[in-house]
Amino acid sequence: MEKEGINSPGYEIPEEIEGVVSITSIDRIYNWGRRSSVWPLMFGLACCAIEMIATAAGRYDFSRFGMEVMRPSPRQADLMLVSGTVTKKMAPTIVRLYNQMPEPKYVVAMGACASGGGPFKEGYNVVSGVDKLIPVDVYIPGCPPTPQALINGLIKLQEKIDGQSIKTVRWYQKGDTAAIPVPMLGPDLIYQSSIPAIKEAAQEEA
Amino acid sequence: MTESDFATRLNDRFPEGVTADEREGYQGYIIAADKLIEFATALRDEFEFDYLSSVTGVDYPDEGKLEAVYHAYKTIGGAELVFKVQTDRENPEIPSLIDIYPGADFQEREAWDLLGIKFTGHPDLRRILLWEGFEGHPLRKDWQEAYYEADKKPFKSRWPKAEYTRAEAKNPYGANVKYPDKFDPEKWVPEGEDALYGSLAKYETTDKDGLKTDHLTVNLGPQHPSTHGVFRIAATLDGEKIMNLNPVMGYLHRNHEKIGERNTYLQNMPFTDRLDYLSSLSNNFGYAIAVEKLIGIEVPERAEYIRVIMAELTRVQNHLFAIGMFLNDIGAFFTPSLYAIEERELVLDVFEMVTGSRMMCNYLRFGGLARDLPDGSLQKIRDLVFDRLPRKTDEMDRFLSENEILRSRTVGQGYLSTEDAIKYSAAGPVLRASGVPYDIRRADPYSIYDRFKFDVAVRYNGDIYDRYYIRLDEIRESIKILQQAVEQIPEGEIQTGKPRYQMKVPKGESYGRVEGPKGELGFYLVSDGTGNPYRYHVRAPSFINLTAFGPMCKGLKVADVVAVLGSIDIVLGETDR
Repeated sequence: MEKEGINSPGYEIPEEIEGVVSITSIDRIYNWGRRSSVWPLMFGLACCAIEMIATAAGRYDFSRFGMEVMRPSPRQADLMLVSGTVTKKMAPTIVRLYNQMPEPKYVVAMGACASGGGPFKEGYNVVSGVDKLIPVDVYIPGCPPTPQALINGLIKLQEKIDGQSIKTVRWYQKGDTAAIPVPMLGPDLIYQSSIPAIKEAAQEEA
Repeated sequence: MTESDFATRLNDRFPEGVTADEREGYQGYIIAADKLIEFATALRDEFEFDYLSSVTGVDYPDEGKLEAVYHAYKTIGGAELVFKVQTDRENPEIPSLIDIYPGADFQEREAWDLLGIKFTGHPDLRRILLWEGFEGHPLRKDWQEAYYEADKKPFKSRWPKAEYTRAEAKNPYGANVKYPDKFDPEKWVPEGEDALYGSLAKYETTDKDGLKTDHLTVNLGPQHPSTHGVFRIAATLDGEKIMNLNPVMGYLHRNHEKIGERNTYLQNMPFTDRLDYLSSLSNNFGYAIAVEKLIGIEVPERAEYIRVIMAELTRVQNHLFAIGMFLNDIGAFFTPSLYAIEERELVLDVFEMVTGSRMMCNYLRFGGLARDLPDGSLQKIRDLVFDRLPRKTDEMDRFLSENEILRSRTVGQGYLSTEDAIKYSAAGPVLRASGVPYDIRRADPYSIYDRFKFDVAVRYNGDIYDRYYIRLDEIRESIKILQQAVEQIPEGEIQTGKPRYQMKVPKGESYGRVEGPKGELGFYLVSDGTGNPYRYHVRAPSFINLTAFGPMCKGLKVADVVAVLGSIDIVLGETDR
């Protein structure tokens, strides 16, 4: 256990047991454990997924951050790396995958497309960023982001995890966290939240 | 047979219903819709055009016409034959060619999906890239997307002051959506997947004791670790045996063609990078050739050499990646691919040095290149192609190819016969592993490929193992080309004339094709004489190779489907475009 990473300052540890004992806060040890074993969902959407694979491979090797355990099942994953263009046809699946991930869960929008539609934003089948569907924790710019940029983004995510407190995190609050309603594929993508607005528009026309 | 001989023969055979396309800049023939079947049959059986490469459509609203465009080739080599069928725009019906060229299957479905051309006689004419229930056919010229701003770029609003508003701000729902008039979402019944499952024949068997067994329908994907992206497979199973299999795609349909028709010619160059994102320089190459054909511009010698060097390096790194991922799929989890990616990174270093980017190179320009090779890069390439890559390819071969598990899972499995490979318009390694020595670099040479000594890699068993091994062969052949190219490369200009951002392109059509790592990559362009392509279509090898996927899988076990898919080597960016 690394002394600096875990020990809270302010408590003197006698010299003879230094290196054996740590005095820390629950938050710090809890976050330290979580941030060092973030398991991403094995889920590649587009071009960025290739850079994600390159990051996982030998040269860049994100297993140094405890992130190499890519899980094909959302039930075992902590982190959804949205690596590519989110299309309307894929949108319901992405929301369903997100809903299936257990808390605590994080989302990283990798690259221009996942952050805001990117070069394909004007396309008729493209969702302008994954944050239109699910909450995002870290955005990584680039098209595609280099492995260095991706690692930087993941370190930012670790910093975010470090800053959380067990008292305020959403998965320890009372009540169930509501699942995100899955959008429908109609004549175009139908967000559940915009159904009243669509109805209103239809009535105005009528 | 010269071209005029062919024209006379064709005219004798079809005195009526086949006329030469005489519009300015157009080639080929226009066929009357009722003659199409007869014409295509004769083309295949009498004129030896046995390979239908591309089927697409063009919308001409001013003339009230939709036009289907076909490109056919001979697998013994030679130039293309273009033929077109025109139909009324209001009720567009064209006979399907699926019985004569089964490779037209997915392409006709795509033309139906995006342009609304009804191919009569097609047994399964469903949408392929979009979903059932989608409103309209987006590639029609009068169809406007939700974020529509103007027909052509550069948009007036952003010129010259670069002012813009976010597209979301202008949309009533704050998102990239639009709905038909008087649409009531609560009354909407999703079309669901009935059509898809209906297309898989239902099986029910009764054994000798009268016990009825229903067959199981399973889905793989769209989120599945071995589908190489967001690709879905729907299959009916008898026990573990595949009875019927249908690929479902479009989960990465990014509207290349619609965006491409709004863009200027040069603006499309970076978009081609993102088609097959593993081999962006090959894509650049194909597109540059198509546009250069239209504007009739020559490429300087040095630029041609650099293009070839880059395209062949792309092939090497693509095949390395393909082999690594394929072995991943059949269970050699990650170790081979880590070795493959190690070599790939070295090639990517060259790309980064030369083009400025690891993956999205955006390097070719019409009539040349964006920039010359920087100092030291040629030495780096030399080190790679004379020493490291041949050594490492042999090493991979030695470690992997005789592996017992690999051989027992792949030899004799996923068989595709020579006839089927041609019939289903398979291209690239898939075609050549089935015994067809068809490589565009030889069959219809472009750029300066006629100057190099290399063999067309070909294997004859048509199974998964051959499709794996042919990639190693191709890496070796590419290295041969690279070795000659880096020795012969001359000094000189890299661009004909001044580099231009915007240009007028003469009226006409062109089809530029290259032998990409995945197969025949073609770009079909129609120009109306302005600065934007009127029609921009990509003949995507990953997409069309999938036509043979279902037939290849029949009778295999579920686990082998993954191996077959890995051996086709698809990239979803190109499959769905």
